Amino acid sequence: MTTTVELKNVVKTHGVVTAVDRVSLKIGRGEFFSILGPSGSGKTTILRLIAGLDVPDQGDIFIQERVVTSDPPHARPVNMVSQHYALFPHMTVFENVAFGLKMRRKRPRDIQQAVKQMLAMVRLEGKAPRFPGQLSGGEQQRVALARALVNHPVVLLLDEPLAALDQRLRQEMQGELKRLQQEVKATFICVTHQQDEALMLSDRLAVMHGGKILQVGTPQEIYEQPESTTVAKFIGLSNSLSGTITRIEDGLCWVKHEAFPQVVVKCPPHGSEQGPVTVMIRPERLHVSGEPPAKGYENTIPAILHQTVFNGNEIFYHLRLRNEAIWIARVPIDETHTRPLAIGQAVYLQWSPSEGLALSH
Amino acid sequence: MASLFLGLCFLAPLLLVLGVSVASRGLYGGVEWIGTLENYRRMADPLIGAIFLRSILFAGLTTGVCAVVGFPLAYCMARASHRWQWLLLTLVMIPFWTNFLVRTYAWILILRADGVLNSTLMQLGIQSEPLTLLFTDAAVCVGLVYGYLPFMVLPLVVAIERISPQLEEAARDLYATTGSMIRHIVLPLSKPGFLAGGALVFIPSVGAFITPYLLGGGKQMMVGTLIQQEFLVSRDWPFGSALSFGLMGTVLLLWFLVSRTLSRREAQ
Repeated sequence: MTTTVELKNVVKTHGVVTAVDRVSLKIGRGEFFSILGPSGSGKTTILRLIAGLDVPDQGDIFIQERVVTSDPPHARPVNMVSQHYALFPHMTVFENVAFGLKMRRKRPRDIQQAVKQMLAMVRLEGKAPRFPGQLSGGEQQRVALARALVNHPVVLLLDEPLAALDQRLRQEMQGELKRLQQEVKATFICVTHQQDEALMLSDRLAVMHGGKILQVGTPQEIYEQPESTTVAKFIGLSNSLSGTITRIEDGLCWVKHEAFPQVVVKCPPHGSEQGPVTVMIRPERLHVSGEPPAKGYENTIPAILHQTVFNGNEIFYHLRLRNEAIWIARVPIDETHTRPLAIGQAVYLQWSPSEGLALSH
Repeated sequence: MASLFLGLCFLAPLLLVLGVSVASRGLYGGVEWIGTLENYRRMADPLIGAIFLRSILFAGLTTGVCAVVGFPLAYCMARASHRWQWLLLTLVMIPFWTNFLVRTYAWILILRADGVLNSTLMQLGIQSEPLTLLFTDAAVCVGLVYGYLPFMVLPLVVAIERISPQLEEAARDLYATTGSMIRHIVLPLSKPGFLAGGALVFIPSVGAFITPYLLGGGKQMMVGTLIQQEFLVSRDWPFGSALSFGLMGTVLLLWFLVSRTLSRREAQ
């Protein structure tokens, strides 16, 4: 994999807040790379540093193996699509898209042709003479993409590209982004706080928290093998139980908690000594039953059904454990019992060892 | 309530001036209520036309200089941190705490042959002879720009503050240097500020009378000076009133022409 963008030990502080804390990152050519994290985790700052809109306090940034740390934005082969698109309101769609080429003094005839081609690529052929204020949110988004991509950037930076769109448009644009990326063959770096977006779009992604990168990997690696409880929680593993490892065998750990029977789950990915751990189980892997333990599930803990949330094709059970923790189980409609579970009823939560994961603190 | 206020404080005085403008001058300077259009006919004099033209040119030049000087200042103020912005605003406003006449006299002290500017230039050895600065067209222009600059700066600050800094970043990301970013993004989007500021500077400049009188030495007659003289020296109130209406009509006509040109360009 050829590296297109590299960050080496980059630090950026805003006043007393360390927005980016010693981040090192390598992003390959043609990758769709996402940076996932809650707001304030420093992910947008990383984009601004790559774009040249901010200068790091420490560390270096390389684009195509050339140091660009202190180059101004207009000297970098990088374009950015900001969260609110920042389209120029006094220019038509055509003039907006043509802006970057005009600034680089391309010939008017070439500009005309390139803009036309680009507008066709984002399916906005008829909108060239319109002003941004006359366009829908989805159309504005595509103008912003066209305005950046027409310059053939080596790297396209996307700041929460889908956040301002409604649910239906968002799904449409997800497909559109993937298609565009394959068509222009540029490296896309996308910042988002939506974990499903990051998992669906990315070739690889980084999970950020508090200015630090916690884990980098393919969506599957991040989902299947989170390295810390923060990553696991961010990626949708909301059910946790802390306990102590009492026995390790064949990559499986036996974890003890004073309120529950011993459970068996997969061991922590890095080193598995005996000691305190957090056990995490995905909501969709929990089996909820009103009857005593069935065969095939080795782990069983009792709970009380606290609430039921119906969501069209699945049911979310909110379950209160003996230690007052609330767990959530996600059950497809066709798997639910003919006899529905009643709120306040005692139930049994079951899962097999490979569905749970122990993470050391 | 609003109409009462406007009627009493705005419409009534205006109607009074209109009434006087169609009356006749009494033998010893009073107003005799004999209706006539003679006062308006007298304005057709080419001499009066030249005075009007000169005033419009001076006001136009003043407005232009205010725009050129005011824009960088307004841009810095609009993009400054809150504390700096407050400080700069105060600095722009401070001269208003002093009487306008006193401030104009201060310019005489600066500009005259043995004034601050000339003595500094001579002490530095840049000039051996004092320059003639006072009682020139340039002195009038400097005085007008000095007096009305804040009226250009303040609307511009408001207009520039409304331009999202994200647009500037987008332009810089799309290969614009600072200069071309200002030219293609900030200037066009500041248009409402230039329009409001332009009107606020042009209208008082075209009728200004203290500045041309004190800094121009009264050598070049301006509409404002002429009207003042008709009222206070010649004691010809009806002609002075007619001149006032002529000035008002001219400004309204210019305003109409400018706004029509701009809206036409927008429609294209």
